[in-house]
Amino acid sequence: MSTVEFDAPTSPSAPRGAAQAAPRGHRLRLGDPIFRVVATACGLALAAAMFGLAGVLIYNSWPAISGLGTSVLTTVAWSPVDHQYGALAALAGTFLSTLVAMVIAVPLALVIALLLVELVHPAVAHVVGTAIEMLAAIPSIIFGMVGIFVIVPFIQDKFMPWLMGTPLGNLPGIKPGEQFQGGGVSIFTAGVVLAFMVLPYITAVSRDVLRMVPQVTKEAGYGMGSTTWEVMHKISLRYANSGIVGAVFIGLGRALGETMAVAFLIGSVYTSIPHSLFDPGTSIASLIANTFSEATDKIQVSALIELGLILFLITVVFQILAQVWLRRVQRATGGRA
Amino acid sequence: MNSHRRQAIERGAGGAPLCAVADVRDFAPPRRRSIARRKATDLVVKGFSWIGASVGIAVMAFIVWEVVVRGAAALNVAFFTQPTPMDVTTNAGGFANAILGTIVITGVAALIAIPMGFMGGVYLAEFGRNGRIATGVRMIANVVMGVPSIIVGVFAFATIVKPVHHYSGFAGSVALAFIMLPVMARTTEDILNLVPNELRESGLAMGAPRWKVTLGVVCKAARGGLITGASLAIVRVAGETAPLLFTVLSSPYWMTGLFGPGGFFGGPVANLTKTIYDFSSSPYPHWQELAWAGALVIIIAVLGMNILVRLIFQRGKK
Repeated sequence: MSTVEFDAPTSPSAPRGAAQAAPRGHRLRLGDPIFRVVATACGLALAAAMFGLAGVLIYNSWPAISGLGTSVLTTVAWSPVDHQYGALAALAGTFLSTLVAMVIAVPLALVIALLLVELVHPAVAHVVGTAIEMLAAIPSIIFGMVGIFVIVPFIQDKFMPWLMGTPLGNLPGIKPGEQFQGGGVSIFTAGVVLAFMVLPYITAVSRDVLRMVPQVTKEAGYGMGSTTWEVMHKISLRYANSGIVGAVFIGLGRALGETMAVAFLIGSVYTSIPHSLFDPGTSIASLIANTFSEATDKIQVSALIELGLILFLITVVFQILAQVWLRRVQRATGGRA
Repeated sequence: MNSHRRQAIERGAGGAPLCAVADVRDFAPPRRRSIARRKATDLVVKGFSWIGASVGIAVMAFIVWEVVVRGAAALNVAFFTQPTPMDVTTNAGGFANAILGTIVITGVAALIAIPMGFMGGVYLAEFGRNGRIATGVRMIANVVMGVPSIIVGVFAFATIVKPVHHYSGFAGSVALAFIMLPVMARTTEDILNLVPNELRESGLAMGAPRWKVTLGVVCKAARGGLITGASLAIVRVAGETAPLLFTVLSSPYWMTGLFGPGGFFGGPVANLTKTIYDFSSSPYPHWQELAWAGALVIIIAVLGMNILVRLIFQRGKK
């Protein structure tokens, strides 16, 4: 086991022993213990932060959990005046917009990762990869502004008239509700913009995963006369599939919790479940963003925090799933290496 | 296990064990396909790859282009010297108070999160290593990095705003620090892991205490990377809006100091992202123009810093 050799010279007991036996022992060596305690405390604070966050959310959402029961999750009536806080519409909107985003982003991320790993010169891959990664650096609010001022008019004035003219336009799930105009501000628009916000995350992890496929294994495939796609499809993707699952989970977690861009684009309709992708709706995060600071009713604040707790739990589950996939792989390859 | 490999895995990569690949059937397809058809499929997939990458880059370029064109039209000196206007009929005024607020809020967040995150990273890389506790902490840090920023805003509201009954710039700083903390710790750990173990060994062999070796030798060797990591962590939170929505709120006035209703600890503080949000969702064209100018400033700051830091770091590596 190489890890033991790697650790031994720097294992904490060795230098401490050395320090005690040091010839210049005329002053008390408190530096090391203090340093160690401070570092450990900061490390544990990281973990404590998450449990603190969960605890605070549970504590503050308790009035809603006990007072409103399951109505928050099972009804669609959102009316602070009547003290009704049913957020089923927000749950549906979160789910649908994330679905649209993933349907677009996952295949796109995979083909881009394929290009970066297999098809282009590493220098080109570096430039292209960095450009895609820069999408992650653009603040959410900028996506929202470009979305509302540029994408929404395009979808409303160009895309929707075209789509409604095609046979697809009358399908349930596509045709917007009578009471909603246009389809510009909708689940679909929010999903499309979300797709490009999570694209860099899924691309980066997929690329790293595909790069780990041993060159020899791929060469064996090429040696058998496989085409690039066959090597990708039958060797690389199979070798890397659990890593790709991890990448998708990471993107999924991001999409579920994305706030500002969705708040701009999804339409803030709190009281009806969207029947079509081109209907407006709301998501958990954008519902919180839009109504939290105006909430005067204590139980409303609590209901919103409860929604936050639900969103927190969902994203944590996806993050943990992603981590578990990666750790399982780490153990498998670690045993071999 | 060689360290390079281990880092690749810990960064979030993974792969199935080799045995999954060594399935003989994969190399000898039972269905016979003509070579022309296989080549055609290959070509189609390659085509999609190029199209996919072009779409990604085009979207990136399109966003930057829109912000630059619309923002440049509204950007002038007053934008950096005047506070946010209350008059909706002219395009007078600027975002100077908001820029100051964002710098202060982000700066205080960095003062909280960078030392703590750095020490947390030192713990993971130098003390905890592959132990059970450190593995747990590392996993939790990764999970916290994926927690939506609006949830962190809710947390800061419940712990800081609610007990004192008023919004404050400080509450926003705490929210941003919370987001920075795991990023800083994990980046620090990754960078310290790149430092060869021989450096630690030689330092300890000289009789130097552990803290001196870590700070004076290991961190000195990794200085460039640490600075890069810290800058990227700051830049990452500088563009955040969601955690500020109900912690800092916003204000049309200058921050008046530390305490009192207009101060950093005492009340809502003007900040760039929330002001952009308010102005861009207002119905007034002049305010929308100002919002685009704000968007341009923030995209220059965030993207520019990002690219600059990467360029400097890459040159340092060579």
